[in-house]
Amino acid sequence: MPVISFDAVTKVYPLPAGDVVALAGVDIAIEKGEFVLIMGPSGSGKSTLLNIMGSLDVPTSGEVTIAGKRISGMDDDDLTLMRRDHIGFVFQQFNLIPLLSIVENVEYPLILKGRQKGSRERAEDVLRAVGIADTHLTHKPGELSGGQQQRVAIARALVNDPDFLLCDEPTGNLDSKTGTAIMDLLDRMNREEGKTVVMVTHDPRMTDYADRTIRLVDGRVVNDLL
Amino acid sequence: MTFFDLARRNVSRHWLRSSLAVIGIVIGVIAIASLGIMGNSISLMFGDMVTDVGDTIIVSPATGVGGGKLTERQVNDITRAVGSNVAIPFSTNADKITVGDKESGAMIYAIPAGDIVSLLEVESGAYPKGTGTGCLIGSQLAANSRENGLKLGARVRIGDETLRVVGVLKERGMGFDINPDYAIVVPYAWYSNHYDEDEYDQVIVKVRDVNDIDAVKESIEQKMNRREDTVNVMDTRGILESIFAAADSITVFLSGIGAISLIVAGVSILNVMLMSVTERIKEIGVLRSIGTRRSEVMRMFIYEALILGLAGAAIGGVLSFVAGYAVTAVFVGNPDYLFNPTSLLYIVFGMAFGVLTSVASGLYPAWKAAQLNPIQALRHE
Repeated sequence: MPVISFDAVTKVYPLPAGDVVALAGVDIAIEKGEFVLIMGPSGSGKSTLLNIMGSLDVPTSGEVTIAGKRISGMDDDDLTLMRRDHIGFVFQQFNLIPLLSIVENVEYPLILKGRQKGSRERAEDVLRAVGIADTHLTHKPGELSGGQQQRVAIARALVNDPDFLLCDEPTGNLDSKTGTAIMDLLDRMNREEGKTVVMVTHDPRMTDYADRTIRLVDGRVVNDLL
Repeated sequence: MTFFDLARRNVSRHWLRSSLAVIGIVIGVIAIASLGIMGNSISLMFGDMVTDVGDTIIVSPATGVGGGKLTERQVNDITRAVGSNVAIPFSTNADKITVGDKESGAMIYAIPAGDIVSLLEVESGAYPKGTGTGCLIGSQLAANSRENGLKLGARVRIGDETLRVVGVLKERGMGFDINPDYAIVVPYAWYSNHYDEDEYDQVIVKVRDVNDIDAVKESIEQKMNRREDTVNVMDTRGILESIFAAADSITVFLSGIGAISLIVAGVSILNVMLMSVTERIKEIGVLRSIGTRRSEVMRMFIYEALILGLAGAAIGGVLSFVAGYAVTAVFVGNPDYLFNPTSLLYIVFGMAFGVLTSVASGLYPAWKAAQLNPIQALRHE
């Protein structure tokens, strides 16, 4: 069964000037363990696709199934729990919580699931796995470099063992060397840990890492290449 | 780390802004507690001044009837109307008294000698006899005039007659019937003879069972005012209730003024919290996107308001104690009233109101934060 399945998904934004069709009958199926890129020009519907895959939004019509559950008709709490339990978000701007230390940022999703014994140790283990030194665990996000912050963000996304990672331009705010290191990390998570990775990007060099590239234009899938 | 911990960290991140909001709550708590304490202390002061326990009925001539006096016959009618309860008629006057060669003025109460024992307590000496020239002096009059020679056994000259002080009364405090602490009490027989008067100013009825007050009043009204109003019948319970109701109104009014300052503090907290929400829109978007529920976001912000309220209430509570002491000492003249449980309750009330105001002020910002669309919040710069 696919981890993510879109069946004739349409998303329409009603605006005073007229309806805007962001997605028009999109069919996608992403299997467990795939590394999928989503590419397309501005306004092609990438962000809308990402939002719906991330259970941040629901389609106007069509069926979306994530981790075996249909998200149509889910209320806000169900969608939130879907994000918490099944999806790991990695943002372009890292989006760590400035009030929390590095290890607390990673521990936070575990706390949302209820305080569990060993959550601190689990957060530390995942941070080590993404290459964050123990000496940085108690630092605040602002004290780390961009690359390190993105590693922490990846650790936060992984800590709840989600069904897939949803990455929005994860290297967009990094220099090319650091960007490559982050891509290598995601690649390692995909190949060694079997993590499904879905990434939205403008950067054509990222296709080297992907098993598949889905190209969107005007809200339609125009190319789905292996 | 918990949501409360997150809230605490956010409050301390903006410590200056948070401190200013806390100061508002502190002022509000002090205002509501100290003004409440002041009102309550006034009420307690009334309670201390007034000794009546509400078992007394006062019968006085109706205005303009019989020259403002009660006749012997009317007194007898009243005595019959009250049945087994005690009816004590009395008259009062002010006159010059001379002790040795010192002359001064004093209130004189004239009560039938046999009834004095039902109304007044003697601290030292004895009660005067009905036919004699013995008199009693009030405790304060005795205390103030000791150096003038007015004491037990002294001779007091009123007009051209001399009385002997046979007893000193126990302090009675202010009453609605008579106030003998600064007065001389003489047997009515002597008074009647001396002033050539055979009528009375009022009749005090001491009711044995307080629950019978209304029935006794009704009985007097039936007997005396059936055809026309010849007497006014008042019970001290009603007067006491009116006085304490007035004191309570003062307390409520003063507390209300305090509450206004707390509401102003609440507006300040609302402002601080709204600012906090606006500044953290993106952060809220991140929290929501990684699985934080609306109720959890709301809880986080309510905790922030709660922390501000608790800090304000704690500091305000301590300072209210100081302010309450100052208020009772300066305005009421007796700081002991602060330590009465009913006064201390106003500090608790002020603190509780401070916390409640703070949390109530945080509700709307918390709700606003929880309602943010995570997609739009994430895009916010």
